[in-house]
Amino acid sequence: MSAAAVPEAVARPLMTLSGVSQVFDTKAGPIRAVDHANLSVNPGEVLCLVGESGSGKTTAARMAAGLTRPSGGEVKYDGTDIWSLNKKDFSTFRRSVQYVHQDPYASLNPTRTIQQTLTAPLLKHGVVKGAKAAADRAAELLTKVDLTPPENYLPKYPHQLSGGQRQRVAVARALTLDPKLIIADESTSMLDVSIRISVLAMLGRLRDELGVGFLFITHDLAIAKYFGWRGKTAVMYLGRIVEFGPTPKIINAPTHPYTRALIEAIPEPDPDLTRTKSAGSLRSLEIPSLANLPSGCAFHPRCGRFEPGLCDGEVPELVGVRAGQSAACHVVARDGAEEPER
Amino acid sequence: MATETVTSGAVAAIGTTGVSRFAGILSALRRSPAGFIGFLIVAFLVLVTAIGPFFTPTVEPNVKEILLPLGSPGHLLGTDNEGKDVLIQMIDGGRSVIFIGFLAAAISTALAIVLGSLAAYLGGWVDSAVVTAADVVLTVPQIVLLAVLGALFKLDSPFLLAVLVGGLSWPVLTRAVRSQVLSLKEREFVEAARLLDLGTARVVFVEILPNMASFILMNFMIGVTNAIYSLVGLYLLGLAPLTGSNWGIMLNRAWIAGAIFNDASLGFILSPVVAIVLLLLGLVMMTRSLEEILNPRLRDR
Repeated sequence: MSAAAVPEAVARPLMTLSGVSQVFDTKAGPIRAVDHANLSVNPGEVLCLVGESGSGKTTAARMAAGLTRPSGGEVKYDGTDIWSLNKKDFSTFRRSVQYVHQDPYASLNPTRTIQQTLTAPLLKHGVVKGAKAAADRAAELLTKVDLTPPENYLPKYPHQLSGGQRQRVAVARALTLDPKLIIADESTSMLDVSIRISVLAMLGRLRDELGVGFLFITHDLAIAKYFGWRGKTAVMYLGRIVEFGPTPKIINAPTHPYTRALIEAIPEPDPDLTRTKSAGSLRSLEIPSLANLPSGCAFHPRCGRFEPGLCDGEVPELVGVRAGQSAACHVVARDGAEEPER
Repeated sequence: MATETVTSGAVAAIGTTGVSRFAGILSALRRSPAGFIGFLIVAFLVLVTAIGPFFTPTVEPNVKEILLPLGSPGHLLGTDNEGKDVLIQMIDGGRSVIFIGFLAAAISTALAIVLGSLAAYLGGWVDSAVVTAADVVLTVPQIVLLAVLGALFKLDSPFLLAVLVGGLSWPVLTRAVRSQVLSLKEREFVEAARLLDLGTARVVFVEILPNMASFILMNFMIGVTNAIYSLVGLYLLGLAPLTGSNWGIMLNRAWIAGAIFNDASLGFILSPVVAIVLLLLGLVMMTRSLEEILNPRLRDR
């Protein structure tokens, strides 16, 4: 399948998170939003980060963007820790990694026209010379994100655009400085379903045409499947990465019980199939609090394959279970990855 | 800055050329009736006091015409206790009051914007230093300090007076601006601007500040009001030198002369009061229209 076409880390990874943790001090005690996460994105590759609310996806993304400093571990861009860079190199990094926020209503400045929003970085960093050239470049960027004809959009204010149009402007803004990596933080989750697919298609086209790497954050496995099929997917649960591998493997042959539960939860279009489907192998539907994590594997209170003594003792490490696929599960590590029933 | 030209696509309320842009602002002004009336009042007072003095005759004391009532022939607003025409003094005496009020407010607003937004955005020691300085100035009773300074120095230059009043009234707005910026800087579009490496000055003054333009403008108008009150208060108490003539000095003289107890001197004591009240009312009403001009969301309605 196409997964084989992905070169296995031949190139030096563009962005690496090695053992990064983020601990927030709260009244309820320290909260480990992200705990020893390892991730890497190769140039031009897509890495999907999947997980439910509170799993630490956004925290990980913000660390990757250099917006927050990790409390432990290293965020490396092009091989160097970004927090050891001097001011000049840090700005180079800053410009190479762009972020598309979740909420297009909050991420555009309400007092600036689309033209002003798009030309500011172009002029500031000397990408183009002069107001005329900047306006032309802005129009070109709008065409790239399918906002045509651009003249209709350039003089508008964000409040005159719809959510989908704004999100396209946000993408165009992220493209102004020719980034190497775009971090898309639930960038389509606030859009209408009908708009979502066209924005995703547009992002996919940019990924293919411009060779930009993507760190694509979503809670929706279907979107990860659609957007990151040729890339990799990491599944997060309560601040830890529980399974990592090529997207087709994660979707079709998940090994970690949590990933399996996620896949099983996807509704089938056929009601007969849904009725006969196993009601899910979860023992509990309650998500434990980050402030009070279960001992050992954080998933053990909900896990259908829980084995007392094995799962509630040590925290499982992410270990290889198949070619290119790794999971953090004691049971899978011991028994090996059994083939899925489906 | 050609790219800064404001256009609003479909509605085309404000065009790109100079003339239509002016017309756009004028039509935006008219959209709020209260704002337009305020604008007319302020424009009238500013024009009359700025241009009027070139055409008024010099007023001479005249013992035969002391304290003529309102509407006397040749003296529409009556005369004062020295027989000088009140209307001419009103026209001549507004310029310095309005000038000092606006300059003082401009000084305090500029200080507040720069100090407040940088304190909030940069945080750390800058924030502590600004907040501490603001608190210190805030605790000093303004009118008392001005009184002491007035006793020590000759406050006869309108510029010096404006600097003094403005230099003492920045802390309240500084703290308000600081709290606004503290909230605005967490917004995602500010984060996006930071990710584009646009630079601190640009992020603060181009991305953040325009979002509070109407708030700042409102406070500027309040600043003008407060500065004029402080100034008139100084004159009324006789703490600023009573050389020349302006609305404040007129009030002082009317008060000293006991005009409040004399029916015939109604015009003498009320004219400056009414003028000051009208000016401030006009300024406050005008802010409503200016808010519509500055906020693109309101502009399109």
